[in-house]
Amino acid sequence: MNTKPHLDEEALAELRDVMEDEFDILIQTYINDSRERIQSLHQALSENDPDAFSRTAHSFKGSSINIGASRLGDLCLQVEKAGREGDLDAARQVMAPLETEFATVRRLMEDALLA
Amino acid sequence: MTEPENPRPLRLLIADDSNTDRLILQAMLRRQGHEVQAAEDGQAALKLYDCWQPDMVLLDVMMPRLDGVEAARQIKALAGETLVPVIFLTSLTDAGSLAQCLDAGGDDFLPKPYNPVIIEAKLRAFDRMRRMHETLSQQRDLIKARNEQLLEEQIIARRVFDNIAHTGCLNAPNIRYHASPMSVFNGDILFACPRPAGGVHLLVGDFTGHGLPAAIGALPVAEIFYGMTSKGFSGPDVLRELNQKLVRILPTGMFCCAAFADVDFRQGMLRFWNGGLPDGYLMYKSGDHQALASRHLPLGILAPERFVAAMEEYRVEPGDQLLLMTDGVLEAADEQGQHFGERRLAETLGARPTGASPVDHLVQAVQGFTGSARESDDLTLLGLRVTGQDPVALQSVSAARSAVTGPAFWRCSYQVEGQTLGQFNPLPLLLHVCMAVAGLRQHSGEIYTLLAELYNNALEHGVLELPSGWKNGPEGFSRYYAERERRLARVDGHYIRFELEHRMEGNGGQLVIRCQDSGRGFDPDAPEGEGGTSVYAGRGLSLIRQLSSGLSYNKQGNQAEVVYDWELSENGG
Repeated sequence: MNTKPHLDEEALAELRDVMEDEFDILIQTYINDSRERIQSLHQALSENDPDAFSRTAHSFKGSSINIGASRLGDLCLQVEKAGREGDLDAARQVMAPLETEFATVRRLMEDALLA
Repeated sequence: MTEPENPRPLRLLIADDSNTDRLILQAMLRRQGHEVQAAEDGQAALKLYDCWQPDMVLLDVMMPRLDGVEAARQIKALAGETLVPVIFLTSLTDAGSLAQCLDAGGDDFLPKPYNPVIIEAKLRAFDRMRRMHETLSQQRDLIKARNEQLLEEQIIARRVFDNIAHTGCLNAPNIRYHASPMSVFNGDILFACPRPAGGVHLLVGDFTGHGLPAAIGALPVAEIFYGMTSKGFSGPDVLRELNQKLVRILPTGMFCCAAFADVDFRQGMLRFWNGGLPDGYLMYKSGDHQALASRHLPLGILAPERFVAAMEEYRVEPGDQLLLMTDGVLEAADEQGQHFGERRLAETLGARPTGASPVDHLVQAVQGFTGSARESDDLTLLGLRVTGQDPVALQSVSAARSAVTGPAFWRCSYQVEGQTLGQFNPLPLLLHVCMAVAGLRQHSGEIYTLLAELYNNALEHGVLELPSGWKNGPEGFSRYYAERERRLARVDGHYIRFELEHRMEGNGGQLVIRCQDSGRGFDPDAPEGEGGTSVYAGRGLSLIRQLSSGLSYNKQGNQAEVVYDWELSENGG
């Protein structure tokens, strides 16, 4: 099982330090982009387009890792791999845990913004 | 090339289609003090690159429109010779994809998640590389520009040099020579100049050193050699002046090995001086060789008062060959580094086919010895075949633009007295006075001959009372010159006086030369030199008659008067 944290507190603190006033914008941007990406993933699945699917998963993975959502990053990597192998059924099965994980990350982030 | 304490902020272009990642990287880079511009895809990145000219580019690999790999390729092409490091931003992990990025001209990777410490270190390293490349490029360009400038200067120097140190009469039919085209910059010199009254001066030399310093010394040598020779100065006069000049201008340790030859075809006489060059060779028609060894220090070493300019004298006959060379011949090396050397030289000269030019024969032998190993050679050789008559047609000095320039009506008197008779040659000075008349310049050879014949008669026969008959036969010849030296030491109270008188007439003029000596005189009507002896061995009076419009003597026979009428030649030169 994945033991990585939902959200790496240390990484987030570092980002807050680097981004200064733009930290809020960064978090909002990430949340919006991620929502769009989840939609794109669903669309690619419904259109049976493994190429577009894995590409979006790849970008999603990069952003998530960068922002400290490592566990979400791992799930993205999982679906990206499945997409690249053309195994969209396997990808579909990971979609639900992925969305749940994003919801968790999002809640933690919004908490962090309020803090 | 020390790294500055605070390197200037870098202009960084980043391109990433992921908003989150772009925001993070941009913030990190700005925080480190750099100027940052961001693009959302490869196409936009290219556009920004073109108008903003960043120092470095950070590219996401996977981007819509133009992907990172292709953008990198195009940016590298745009950058040309400038080093613009391209760093890929990637969460790719498989080796194949990473390698593909480097193949596209990428210089490194930056993995996600971004780590500010690693980013800063990488940027600093690439900035160092970038600046080193910049410095190297600048220095390379500078060296290239300097080199081009140097070559250009050498070409100009070469042109100036050729104007001053022209080859004189090296193209005369009886002269053969060999010199590499860039011999100037080897420090080798090779000059030949006809004397105004016939005969020729040859100078072969070799300056110590190479390149421009060696070439520079050749300029005054050429000026003095050509200038003094064509004004009628004797070999020793020219040598003394050359030595004195070089002593003055050359730095210590630099000098000029030289061989100087004065060939008088009419008299059948070679006068020779060698200071530091390899042996010259006088190759008699009979097949015998006379080595002309160096007996002096090179030019440019001895102070004028210690310099010995005396020349050795050899009788020569038509068909004899004179060969002079620099040490490039002896030092020519084959592929094993062996030198051509004196033994091979002697063998080669001994095996020369009859009639072949020793220069051609020797050059062929040396080139055969060195093989094709060397593109250019350092061979400088000069060969001269003795002929019965002057082979060098007196170069008609280009006629003055206007023959009426210079003095038209004048007279002067010049007297040489006592010991000065044995030490000083007044002929160049007298010729110089006459040459002030522009129209006379194209007749300088004849004027000089007249002056020289009159002076030699006055000195050798009038003052020294040497019988001309002695000059017949080799024994009498040396006796004649020994006696001449002896008597020259006792000329106190004697004099030779020249009176020159000139006036312009129509398209020309008339020069009257009177030469009086302090001797007892002679009977000009007595027969001389008619018993088949050479004209020169007599008093040369027939030569004077030939060149002038009239020769007369006073009763006592110690003053000759020559009338020389001249006209401006039609062709103007």
